[in-house]
Amino acid sequence: MGKTLFDKIWDSHIVASKPGFPDAVYINTHFIHEVTSPQAFDGLRKRGIPVFRPGKTRATADHNVPTVDQHLPIKEALSRKQVEMLTTNTAEFGVELYGLGHRYQGIVHVIGPELGITLPGMTIVCGDSHTSTHGAFGAVAFGIGTSEVEQVLATQCILQYKPKRMKIEVNGQLKKGVVSKDIILYIISKISASGATGYFVEYAGEAIRGLSMEARMTICNMSIEMGARGGLIAPDSTTFDYIKGREFAPKGEDWNKALACWQTLHTDEDAVFDKVLSFDAADIEPQITYGTNPGMGMGVTQHIPSLGDIEDKEKPSFSKSLQYMDLAPGSRLLGKKVDYVFIGSCTNSRIEDLRMVAGFVKGKKKADDVTVWIVPGSKQVEAQAIEEGIDKIFEAAGFQLRQPGCSACLGMNEDKIPAGKYCIATSNRNFEGRQGPNARTFLASPLTAAAAAITGRVTDVRELI
Amino acid sequence: MVSTAVPLSIENIDTDQIIPARFLKATTREGFGENLFRDWRFDEQGAPKKDFVLNNPVYKGRILVAGKNFGCGSSREHAAWALGDYGFKAVVSSFFADIFKNNALNNFILPIQVSDEFLQQIFSAIEKDPAAALEVNLEEQYIRIVPTGEQQQFDINPYKKTCLLNGYDDIDYLLSLREQIGTYEASRPFNF
Repeated sequence: MGKTLFDKIWDSHIVASKPGFPDAVYINTHFIHEVTSPQAFDGLRKRGIPVFRPGKTRATADHNVPTVDQHLPIKEALSRKQVEMLTTNTAEFGVELYGLGHRYQGIVHVIGPELGITLPGMTIVCGDSHTSTHGAFGAVAFGIGTSEVEQVLATQCILQYKPKRMKIEVNGQLKKGVVSKDIILYIISKISASGATGYFVEYAGEAIRGLSMEARMTICNMSIEMGARGGLIAPDSTTFDYIKGREFAPKGEDWNKALACWQTLHTDEDAVFDKVLSFDAADIEPQITYGTNPGMGMGVTQHIPSLGDIEDKEKPSFSKSLQYMDLAPGSRLLGKKVDYVFIGSCTNSRIEDLRMVAGFVKGKKKADDVTVWIVPGSKQVEAQAIEEGIDKIFEAAGFQLRQPGCSACLGMNEDKIPAGKYCIATSNRNFEGRQGPNARTFLASPLTAAAAAITGRVTDVRELI
Repeated sequence: MVSTAVPLSIENIDTDQIIPARFLKATTREGFGENLFRDWRFDEQGAPKKDFVLNNPVYKGRILVAGKNFGCGSSREHAAWALGDYGFKAVVSSFFADIFKNNALNNFILPIQVSDEFLQQIFSAIEKDPAAALEVNLEEQYIRIVPTGEQQQFDINPYKKTCLLNGYDDIDYLLSLREQIGTYEASRPFNF
């Protein structure tokens, strides 16, 4: 019987598989950042052991960093300490760091792909649940905890149970104004925030194949928001064209050999998935979330479910969520006033996202009572945006182009949404307090967020393009 | 272990609720219990919110009982550290997010997955009498509601069970594989 792409990669990375034991899986690339690594380095010190393969771990500072005045010392003492500790830890253990001020610095899931570190067929882990992003290249990539970060630093392996396999097909063509963020928000709204728990997902179908690499990363990025261990897309010419020539990508004869190997990375025709779901791209309209988990989403023109639509045992959680958001069951979001617009995060902060927003807002101005933050995913994205004059378009529109980092996706730095305010965000989580204590988040695509920036309200972007 | 339990019947409790991101700045594993469920437990001035279960002296114990899909969202192991630091030894739910489950086990906190029905039975028993104790037997893999005698078996991987019972961790095992790891690396022409 044939194998799925996930099985091919997983099985070829097993170092040891003993009955009753989880698989010891070899990790090709390990990314670390300042928040989930200090305790892991401490663990190595306590055991008196080095990093086993220091060249296979790369570090960057992203979660805590300010997005203005990055040349100055970090004001907040605890953030500064964590970032400094990453610098000392990586220096002591011989790990390459792209820290603040480095031309490669940025959100860990943005820089891996743009530097050509992320490659098809790899196993990739990071102490961050959005590591699933790298699956867009046909890699098995997933988020881990700090004890597991320590495992990888110590042995370049991780102990894991093999997840089940799920295929999600999106067939047909996307309609006008609908982008990859809408696809993934739509899927999560259909299967819930736990609909893929225990599974590793392969995304397939015509609508997925037609996406650029950056759009594919947005889809894989949010796999965790439906509970999946990870999500991947088989590599194809779009993937290879994206990788070729990037800083750390194979070159010359190595490129030819690598390419020959990557071309075998696909699911066999007779392979069997544990679960298969199919969606039609034509059914998807621009999406928005109304609740406090990413599964609570809908088409931007639709109504929030009424209490009568919700199962009895789920009513308390549903009501608690809408109470937090100060929204009425059965109401519509269209026309709802927003206070902040955040375009950034490992989901939507790449150059294509910024180009999409710039293309839409060129010649327009933001609504007076809205604050708009554009946070590029990396120094390279920032430089590219400036080179293309995108910064000027944002400036003219009244948007602030800030410096790279995770920023208001999780509000670990100063970029917090004030209590009670509504923010339309291109990030990945609308949990209570995620963007700041008592902040209220609507997740949407960069286009839908840009439309809200212009009108000051939740808007159907299709009416403006 | 026999203990009373703290009921938190909310579904989809994500790790941002268990420990909000702004408290992830510590560089050790200790002290996170102070901010466990911070924004549900305390108001903006830091005063305890009376209606939150951890602030109700009637409910205490080393077992947290929570609605389905517990621990979803961020991979932060700080969530498991916060629960452990606060004093919880086990979490009972009808469904756990994968990464949280691993993090809990790596910190010797037992995630006990029970059926939706059994979870409701536990909530009812505690509602009836907050002093109702739960018995957790890891060796025999069952959880029992002491006053009613209702019990259910739970699954745990035999390897993880051995680790929990004996205090082993994964790194000890992985370090014993170093030679095999070297052999594996030598067999691969590329780093993928």
